[in-house]
Order: sequence, then C-alpha cells, then structure tokens
Amino acid sequence: MKAFAALYARLDQSTATGDKVSAMVEYFGSAPPGDAAWAVHWLTGGRVKRLVRSTDLRRWLIEASTLPEWLIDDTYAHVGDLAETITLLTQHDPAAPPQDTSLAGFIATELLPLAKLTPEAQGAVVRRWWQSFSDRERFVVNKLLTGGLRVGVSRLLVVQALAKLSGQPSDLIAHRLSGDFQPTFQAFAQLIAPGDVAMDADKPYPFFLASPLEQAPESLGAASDWLAEWKWDGIRAQLIVRGGVRLWSRGEERLDGRFPEIERAAAALPDGCVLDGEILGWIGAAPLPFSRLQKRIGRLKPGAKTLADCPVVFMAYDLIEYQRADLRQRPLRERRQLLDSLVDASTLRLSEPVPNDGWATLEAARNGARERGVEGLILKRWDSAYATGRRRGDWWKWKIAPLTIDAVLIYAQAGHGRRSNLYTDYTFALWHGDELVPVAKAYSGLNDEEIAKLDRWIRAHTLERFGPVRSVEAFHVFELAFEGVNRSTRHKSGIAVRFPRILRWRTDKPFREADRLETLAKLAQ
Amino acid sequence: MVLRPEGMYCPAGDFYIDPWRGVDRAVLTHGHADHARPGSALYHAAESGLGLLRHRLGADAHIVTHAYSAPVGFGDARVSLHSAGHILGSSQVRIEVDGEVWVVTGDYKRDADPSCAPFEVVPCDTLITEATFALPCYRWPPMAAVVDEMLEWWDRCAREKLPAVLFCYALGKAQRVLAELAQRVERTVYLHGAMTPLVQRYRDAKMPMLPTEPVSESKRARDFAGELILAPPSAAGSPWMRRFNSASTAFASGWMQIRGNRRRRGYDRGFVVSDHSDWPGLIRTIDECGARRVLATHGNTDALVRYLNERGIAAAALKTEFGGDDA
Repeated sequence: MKAFAALYARLDQSTATGDKVSAMVEYFGSAPPGDAAWAVHWLTGGRVKRLVRSTDLRRWLIEASTLPEWLIDDTYAHVGDLAETITLLTQHDPAAPPQDTSLAGFIATELLPLAKLTPEAQGAVVRRWWQSFSDRERFVVNKLLTGGLRVGVSRLLVVQALAKLSGQPSDLIAHRLSGDFQPTFQAFAQLIAPGDVAMDADKPYPFFLASPLEQAPESLGAASDWLAEWKWDGIRAQLIVRGGVRLWSRGEERLDGRFPEIERAAAALPDGCVLDGEILGWIGAAPLPFSRLQKRIGRLKPGAKTLADCPVVFMAYDLIEYQRADLRQRPLRERRQLLDSLVDASTLRLSEPVPNDGWATLEAARNGARERGVEGLILKRWDSAYATGRRRGDWWKWKIAPLTIDAVLIYAQAGHGRRSNLYTDYTFALWHGDELVPVAKAYSGLNDEEIAKLDRWIRAHTLERFGPVRSVEAFHVFELAFEGVNRSTRHKSGIAVRFPRILRWRTDKPFREADRLETLAKLAQ
Repeated sequence: MVLRPEGMYCPAGDFYIDPWRGVDRAVLTHGHADHARPGSALYHAAESGLGLLRHRLGADAHIVTHAYSAPVGFGDARVSLHSAGHILGSSQVRIEVDGEVWVVTGDYKRDADPSCAPFEVVPCDTLITEATFALPCYRWPPMAAVVDEMLEWWDRCAREKLPAVLFCYALGKAQRVLAELAQRVERTVYLHGAMTPLVQRYRDAKMPMLPTEPVSESKRARDFAGELILAPPSAAGSPWMRRFNSASTAFASGWMQIRGNRRRRGYDRGFVVSDHSDWPGLIRTIDECGARRVLATHGNTDALVRYLNERGIAAAALKTEFGGDDA
C-alpha cells in the first residue's frame, strides 16, 4: 500500500509525462505482480463495484470529524473532491495499529469484502482505516472507496510504461490491455510477456480513432487517395464473431445483450471475424437522432416497446479480423473489399462511400450533412493500416461547423479536480417572453484567465445560493456551440442540446440582446 | 470599532486600524501592502516592524513605534500592540475603553516561526479576527514535515541537475523559509530581485537565515542546476524564468493544502506553508481569549460565523478590504 501511495503521489506531483512514465516503470518493475496488476487496473481508469453508499460515507465522516453536516458540505464544495475532503477532515492516529498490507492484499482481504458487510460494520472498518493510514495512503484508500483514481495518467502512458518495462511494442501491450483486464498476477505476467500470447476469444482490438481535420482538405493531397464516409452519430463499436458474438463499445464496455438485433444478424457472419462500425438508431432510410439511441444504452434487456421505438443497425466501417487473421496491417482498400462481401443492406450494412469526384464535391456533400442527420465526413487514406488509438495522418474527421447561439449566464457551480473551488460549471439561458429559461450547461471553452475573471465576477454578483449552486445577475453573454438540438420532455425549456460548449465570451453583447428560445426551437428536429 | 469608508475606526480613540485611505492617525498591524498603505499623516506600529514599514511607506512617513504590550492613551482608549506571529513586527491591537476590551488580530498564526515573535493570546470581550483559512480542511501539517519535503525536493533537483525554483510571497514567507532551512542545512539560496531588500530588513533585525545572493549578481551564463531559487509568484511564467532552463517549480502557500489549487496553477510541487492561522488555530484562539463576541474579516467568514453562532458565541462578518492572496 505504501509503495502504491508513493507512486500515486509522484504521478500527482509531476507535470512531465516523461517523469510519470519512469515512475510507473519503477513501480511496475519492483512491485509484486499482484500489486502491479491492480495498479494497472486503477491507473487505466478501472473501478470496482460500489462498495459503500456515499450517504453512509458522509455519516461516518460527520461522526469521525465531529463537525456539523453543513460545514462538511461547505468544505466539500470548497475542496471539490470527496476523497480529498475526507482525507483532510480525518486524522491519522499514531497510536492505532499500523496498516502494512500489500495493495493486492488490502484489496482482496479488506476493500472488496466491505460489500458483504452491513453499513454499521462497514463504518467501523472504514473509520479504523482513517485512523491507521498515513495522509498519503488514506487519500488513496478514500479514492478507491469512492470509485477510482484519476491521477492525470492516460491509458496511453500506462501502455508506454509497460512497453518500456517489457520491451514489447506498445501496440501489442494496448491490444492485450483492451477489453476486460482482470487484475490478477497471471494477467499482469501475460501483459508484459515476450512474444505471442494467446488472447481471450472475446478480446477487442484497440480502436483506431480519427483526428479532427483543422487544415484545408487540399493539404491531404489528391482526393482520390481517400475514402470519404459519413460521420455517423451513434455508438462506435466492435463486433466480434469468434465462437459466439460479442459487442464492445469504444469505451471498451461490453454491450452484449443490449442490441439483440445486431447479435442475431451477426450470427450469419463467418466465424473468426471482427468488424468495426457504428450502432445507430435507424428507421426507413435515415438514422434516428442520438437522443433516441441514448435511451437504449442503459437497457440491459430491451423490451418489445424499446425495440420498436428505436430499432438499430450496425453500420460497418472496417474489417479488422477475417478467418481468424489480424488484418490491421493490410491496406484499407483490401479490408473494405472483404467487408463489402460480408454485409448487406439490412441490420449489418456497409457505411457506403460518399461519392468522391474531388474535394469540391466532398465539400458540397459535407455542407448537406446536417440534413442527413450526420456530423460531417470521415476521410480515410485508402492504403492506411488500422492503427492504434488517435494517430494523426491517415484518418480524419471533417465535421460541419457547429450550431451556435448567444445565451446568458444564470447559474454557476464550482468544478472538480483541477477546477475545484473555482466556479466553472455554468448554466445558460435564453429569452422566452421576459423570462430567462435555462437551456444548456457547459464546462469548457474558456481559458484559465477568463475562468479566473468570471469566477471573481460570480462571487461578487451572486443573487442566491442553493447548496453548491449560485444564481448570478443576468449580465454576461456567451456564444455557445453545439452539435444538435432535439425536443425533450425532460428539460424545462422543452429542448435538449447536444455537446454544448462555450465558443467565446460576448463582452460586446448586452444580455437583453441574447437569443430567444424560439430561435433554438426552430433548429430542433 | 466601526467601519468607515476609510477603514476600521475607533471613535473613543479617534484612530483607524490599517486604513485603506489616508487618515490622520493610523495604527498598523503589519507591513503587507493591503494593511500598510501610504497616505496617512501619522502611523503607530510595533518597534520590530519599523524597517519593513519604512520600506513600504518611505523614509518620509511619520511612524511612531511601540514595544509589544506597552500601553498608550488615545483619547478615552488605552491601546497596546501584541505579537501576532504573522511576520516580523506583526501586531494585534488591544483597545480598552471603560473596562471593555476589544482585540483586532490583524493577520496571525499560531505555529512557531523562527523569523518572528510568537503569537500572544490576549484576553478580550470582542475579538475581530481574520478568517483567511476558516474551513476545517485547513489544518497545517507540522512544519518539520514540510521542511523534510522541501529538502527532499531540493535533493531530487540536485540529482537530476535541475534548478529548483520555489515561489513564495516576498515578505514573510520567503524569510520564514530561509529561517526554517537554516536550522537544517548550510547552503546559499538565490533570490529574485523583489526579495532582496525585504530579506535585508530581516537580517537587520538579526533573524537567522540561510546566506543569500541575488540572481542578478550571477553571470548571465551561470548554470543554476541543483540550486534553490526563491521568487515571488508573479515571476512564474515571466521572461525572468528563462534563465532557469527546465526548472522544477514549487509554491509555498496555505492554498497548496488543496490538490486542485496546485494542479490548476501547474506547479510541480506544492508545500503547505502559511503565515495565517489554520482552522484549529482560529477556534483555539477564540476559545483561549474568552471573547463573547467575534467579528470575522476577510476569508471564509460565512463558515466561521455560523460555526461560532452554533456554539453560542455571538459572531458576525465584518466586510473589509483586506485579503488578496498573501497567504
């Protein structure tokens, strides 16, 4: 536990990626494989099933700190992180018996068994940890208890560290790490083992992600070297047919059972193939808005009504395994030819090439994207391999310009993590009659200087406080960008916007002249 | 005490404490810029802080100094200054009128500091306290542990051949760090130009600190690998930093207690060192001075006021123009 807490502290303290990688290499190289396996799990964003309820956690904190509940809430709002708040409000008791277990030992014999205890018994155990762990370890323990670590280490950095330690190529490590990684010492040994290691039949390949195209498309050379496809707005997924059928999302979550139509159709595919594609709600000849599909994502076993409301298709982009052979190094042209022979126009369908007679025709096609319910174009070099992660050069997303609207800031809430104790979570409103109706929340788009300036203004112009939320004087106008607008019964405005973010601070615009709700409503599909 | 546009005013003694505009008679608690402002006709302050106040207010300012605890009569008020433990020459102001005692803490801390006199508990009826860090998450770690971390960081920088640039406020914090380090090591520390005259005032007052040298006196091409450099936070990201190629940076402040603050500011390391009282220190001081009434100025006054009221101590917030980031 000590060594892992020290690793966490080092990762947390460093702003240089080189430092972070060497800290992980040192740790993975010296920790027992069981500990290293859990470290990989946590550092790549892995979690465990929730062990304690946060209301219980708060109650124990009130008891342990002897502070009034409101003061704990105020402090939490100030600190912006529950695990950190607990760590700061509890104290190591030097007289308590010290905890000296390994990370894996602590998780197996203490942390995971919490789930089987009554809340009272859990409270006794957790409060004992608060006394027996030093500050640094207590923070890590609280982090594990409240979900996950989040220490500014990307999956890619973990992969790099493991590659450096093992001498294996990082693409191979990324592949071994994809899908379900079970934090056992055997799994860790396999992760860094030399040469070919048999992989589980249900293991997905790491996804290849397109980078945003910021330059003119002409800079990419001849348009004929490129495959253009619509940028569909659904769930990017990998369909694996090896013995059975598996479906993985891009976030490497298993989607098995959620989309039975796709699994049924996939049963007709030859054994030993893997398709990359997009799950889309689809009726007739057109995709359904993402909001319809969203309602299905959470359904483990969709009922007849759900299936009828939002039937889905798998829009196939690529074929990355065929006849049990990894095709990723074959050129896209070849992979697409094979793919073409596997799918038809029904539930498994090909993402058809957009007619490509040069950049001008593609530009024109892109301009019509919104009417088609897609987000723009994807450009893929015909001779490209299927790479790992977001590697620039061969795959680009060429999105349409977002919709924009000028809205008034009306509420603010303090952020979390590196934005803790700064008001950075904003709610924006549009005019409806004489009233400002909230339409969107946005968290990003301002630079640090603007954030600090707006934070000071918010503190000085607060009208009311509702717990952590402050309502502020209607004054500042911001141009918001978003990807789409849909009617919604869950929102007060009757409208839901997709991916809202701040484009710029309209210091030139009086708040009376911000946009009206009707303007936004007209954009709704 | 009452609030006037010029600042906190005592009608019985006809004087202001740390006024933010020019007045006839000002009593100053300490030499930070938000407390010691120029423009008043006459200043009263603690003897040990004279050098710093001269630096801040100029050679022409009319400053009358007093020993700690020595009473002086202003009108109907008996006024005395008592050590606040904040920085060199910092004072609390005790005011007694008709047997009723008020104390204005100014900025203060309870932790030991080798660069200034320790805080004195002054019994009173009404306490006007600072509240910069008035939330229970602010509980300072033992200074020895923080100095361990600093030395460990400095050693690491020396091993990796990097300059170690520690940002801290030029008055108080820098000298405290130099005095704390002097108890553990014997090495020269390099100073940003803004710190040199202030460090000199502390040396004039015989405060034991590590030897220092201004960065500006080193040759242009000098390699600062492995050296410790102190600089004010305003120097971060400025052209001045170009001399310290790939330096490791750290910030010494009470705000570093919160991880998000450190990460947001992008320092490699944060050391929790504050010249203000932490939450336990604020509560302990209020208990020990026996005040029946507490007025809280600058900081997290809301939380402190509500907490005290729930504990049966009449408390309210007093809106002043002190504060800023000198923590």
